[in-house]
Amino acid sequence: MKAVYFAWVRERIGKSEEELDPPAEVATVGELIVWLTKRGEGYAYAFEKASVIRAALDRSHVKHDAKIVDAREVAFFPPMTGG
Amino acid sequence: MGTVRVQAENFDSAAEARRLVAGRTDLGAVVSFVGLCRDEAGRLAALEIEHYPGMAEAEIARVMAEAEARWPGIRAAAIHRYGRFAPGEPIVLVVTAAAHRGEAFAAAEMLMDYLKTRAPFWKRVRYADGSQGDWLEAKAHDDHSAARWDPAPTQSR
Repeated sequence: MKAVYFAWVRERIGKSEEELDPPAEVATVGELIVWLTKRGEGYAYAFEKASVIRAALDRSHVKHDAKIVDAREVAFFPPMTGG
Repeated sequence: MGTVRVQAENFDSAAEARRLVAGRTDLGAVVSFVGLCRDEAGRLAALEIEHYPGMAEAEIARVMAEAEARWPGIRAAAIHRYGRFAPGEPIVLVVTAAAHRGEAFAAAEMLMDYLKTRAPFWKRVRYADGSQGDWLEAKAHDDHSAARWDPAPTQSR
């Protein structure tokens, strides 16, 4: 699946997008965050307060308990500040 | 579905309002809201706005569909810009048209409240002294404003 990152999540991870191939036991958005956190310091910093991180699957907002199966694109970003 | 646009270039609020009511004689009210970049007492030199291409349009369209379902017959346009903005520059436009002003005001307010809390845009500050500031933090009062429009929870029996 493709992962995309925005705002300070993007800056802390150090890239705006990448291909991810998580193992089958990573079933939810929340589990994907835990798995990503182990990939390096930037990821750990980006997700240090996981509860504030917002996620989207295929460009729709989802909660952390959403299943990632079948999603083509996952996005992680801070709370929105548009308008 | 009303007009939804996400763009770098400026918009013409008067032209969008005219377009909503063109050829219609049953609409008695038009409300236009324009959000501008504010200078925060002279400290802010610019705002930089990042967005999630594709999802930004989709999320604003979902918000608009909710407004159109809530106030049947309204017409609406929402345009959100991205890029770098100097103080005074327009960032966001919401225009609504309805038979009566109550619906037009309410729909415009709901669109703005939901757009602020749900559309994937992020603002960063550039200060007048040249330093790059932080990403703005989401404000709790924006969540409270948006929550006013949430559907009432279903009663369990």
